[in-house]
Amino acid sequence: MGLKDKLVSSFFAFEDHLEDDSPIHDIRNKAINIFEGQGFPTKKEEDWKYTSLKAILNHDYCLFPNRDNSVELKNVRKYFLHDIDTYKIVFVDGVYSSFLSETTHDSMDICLLSSALSKAKYNPVIETYFNKIASKDSLTSLNTAFAKEGAYIYIPKNKEVEKPIEIVNFATGNEAALMLQPRNLIVVGENTQVQIIERHQSLTDNAVLTNSVTEIFTDKRAFVDYYKIQNDNSNASLIDNTYIEQQRESNCNVHTFSLGGKITRNNLNFYQRGEHCDSTLKGITILKDKQHVDHNTLVKHIEPNCESHQDYKGLYADNSTGVFNGKVVVEKEAQKTNAFQQNNNILIDDNATVNAKPQLEIFADDVKCSHGCTIGQFDEDALFYLQTRGIAKKEAQALLMYAFANSVLESVKIPEIKRRINALIATKIGVNIGFDV
Amino acid sequence: MLHIKNLHASVEDKDILKGINLDIKAGEVHAIMGPNGSGKSTLASIVAGKDTFEVTEGELTFNNEDISELSPEERAHRGVFLSFQYPVEIPGVSVTNFIKTAINETRKAKGLKDMPASEMLKLIKEKANLLEIDRKFLSRSLNEGFSGGEKKRNEIFQMAMLEPKLAILDETDSGLDIDALKIVANGVNKLRSKDNAILVITHYQRLLDYIVPDFVHVLIDGRIVKSGPKELAYELEEKGYDWIKEELV
Repeated sequence: MGLKDKLVSSFFAFEDHLEDDSPIHDIRNKAINIFEGQGFPTKKEEDWKYTSLKAILNHDYCLFPNRDNSVELKNVRKYFLHDIDTYKIVFVDGVYSSFLSETTHDSMDICLLSSALSKAKYNPVIETYFNKIASKDSLTSLNTAFAKEGAYIYIPKNKEVEKPIEIVNFATGNEAALMLQPRNLIVVGENTQVQIIERHQSLTDNAVLTNSVTEIFTDKRAFVDYYKIQNDNSNASLIDNTYIEQQRESNCNVHTFSLGGKITRNNLNFYQRGEHCDSTLKGITILKDKQHVDHNTLVKHIEPNCESHQDYKGLYADNSTGVFNGKVVVEKEAQKTNAFQQNNNILIDDNATVNAKPQLEIFADDVKCSHGCTIGQFDEDALFYLQTRGIAKKEAQALLMYAFANSVLESVKIPEIKRRINALIATKIGVNIGFDV
Repeated sequence: MLHIKNLHASVEDKDILKGINLDIKAGEVHAIMGPNGSGKSTLASIVAGKDTFEVTEGELTFNNEDISELSPEERAHRGVFLSFQYPVEIPGVSVTNFIKTAINETRKAKGLKDMPASEMLKLIKEKANLLEIDRKFLSRSLNEGFSGGEKKRNEIFQMAMLEPKLAILDETDSGLDIDALKIVANGVNKLRSKDNAILVITHYQRLLDYIVPDFVHVLIDGRIVKSGPKELAYELEEKGYDWIKEELV
C-alpha cells in the first residue's frame, strides 16, 4: 500500500477517535477528499516542476507514533535559543512535551492547538481563523485532515510579548520512519509585537517527513518577526506551508535559514489585506551533498500603498539543488505598491544546480516592482583582492561566501539568533580564519 | 629587490606588456606614469600575481627569487603588497577582523603562531592613528559604503599593518580630495625606510608632490619609453604624453 492509500485509510480510524461535535469535523472530511482526489504533487504540476517528492514517499511511515517517546533535556538543549528567556512549545514525535515546554495563559495564550480545538472557550477564535487562509491544495489539505496538534498562539490587542516564542518539533527516531503533520495557528492582535522561532529537528538519521501548516493572522499595526531554522539531519524532509494575512499598517518579517535536511519545500504565502502593510521575506540557503531546497513564495498585494521585500541568497556545493520560485501579484486596487525581489545564488561546484523563476503579475498601473536574479560563481576580482592580502584561495572563497550570506542577517532582530546563524554559516562554509562571528 | 626583465604579457591573445624592464632597489620610490590603457594597472596586477594575464616571456624576480609561478598569497607572504584602484567590498567582515585574518594568515604561512590579541590591538591603534582613522571606521564592514577617500585610506591602513617590502600603489590618488591625499601620502611616507620600496602608479603628477619619487618611468603602449628623475613628472604634467610619442617616432 502506498503512502497516499495508507493516509486515506488511516483517516477514518483517526476521525473515529475525535468527538463528533468538533467544529472542524466537516473541514477535515472535505480536506481528506481533496487529498484523496489530488494525491501528492508530482513534477507534472507547474509549481512542482523542479521538486520531486518521489524519493521520500516510498518509506513506510508511522503516522501515529508511541505517545511515550521522550527526550532528555541535556540531549536537546542546544536546539533551544535560550533556557529561560523564551516561551517554548515543544513536541516530541508530534506529542506535546510539557516537560520541555514553557507555555502561558497569562493575558495571552501561548499553548496547544489540541486544547484550542477541544475547549469550548476557544471556539470563537477557531471558527474565525482556523483553516481560513490555508490554501486548499493537496498537501495543506492533507495536514488539515489530520490537524490535531501544534502551537496555538493568541496575542490580544496592545500586548507586547516580552520574550521570543520557540516552536520546536523533535523526532526521536524511535520509529524507523515517521510522518509528522504539525499545525500552528497564530493570531496576533492589533498593535502587538511578537517574535517567533520555528524549528524541526530530527535526533537520529531515521527517515522523517514533516508536512507542516502554519496560519498567521496579523491585525492592524501588529509587528511579527518570524524565524524558521531548517538545519535538519540528512534523512529528514520538510514541507512547510505558511500562510500570512496582514491587516493595515502591520509589519511581518519571515527569515528562513535552510542549512540542512534532505528535501525542504517552503511554501510561504503573504496576503496583504490592508493599506500600508510591509512584508519581508528573506532567506539564506547553504547546501551540500544531495540536499534540495525549494523556496516557493507568493506575495499578494491586494490593497494600495503596501510594500514587500524579498531577498534570498543561496550557496550550493556538491550535487545540491535549489529552487527559487517567487511570485508577486499586484491586484488592480493595489496602486502605489512597492515590491522588490532579489535572489542571488553561487554555485560552488560544477554539479550543483539552481532553478530560479521570478514571476510578477501586475494588474495595477502605478507601482514600483523589481526583481533581480543571479546565478554565478566567485567574483575573481574579489578573490584576487583577498589573496593579495595573504589569505589563501580556499579561505578567501570561504570569506566571500560568508560575506555573501551574511548580508541577509542585517535584518535579524534577535542578537542570539544572529550569533547562532552566523556561527552556523561559518561552520557550514568552513570559515576558520580567526575572526569573531 | 624587484627585477623585471623583458616582460611580455597578454590577455586573450592581446599583447598588453611588450617587454618591460624595471629594477627597484630597497629604499627607492619609483613612479610609473602613462596614458589610459598603456598597461600600468596590468603591470601592477602581474607583479601581485593575477592569473588572468598570461606572462608569455621575460623574468620576474623578487629578492632574487623567481616569483612568476607563485600564487598571489605566496607573493604577499614574501612582502609584495598591492593597493587597489578599486578595492572590493566585503559585507559582514569588519575592517578589524579582515586585517587580523590577513596578518595571521601571513604569520601562519611563515610558521608563526597567531599574533596575541593585545599586540594586535596595539598595532591597529597605532596604525589607525597614523592614518587618522577613527574607531568606528574599524568596526564597519570592509569597504562597504566607504567613500572613495575612505577606501584608499583603508588600503594604506592595510599596508601599514602588513608592513610589506614592496608596496605597489595603483592610482591611490584617484577619488581623493586634497586633504585626504595629504593624509594618505603622509601615511605612506612614514612607512618609507631603507629596507622597503614603493612603486607608485598614477596619471597625475599631483600625488608625486607628496610622495616624492627617486625615479619616474613613462609607460606607453606596453613599454617603458622614458625614465628620469622626479622632474620628468613635471614635464609630463605640463606637456602631456604626445611629445614623448613624437620623440619615439
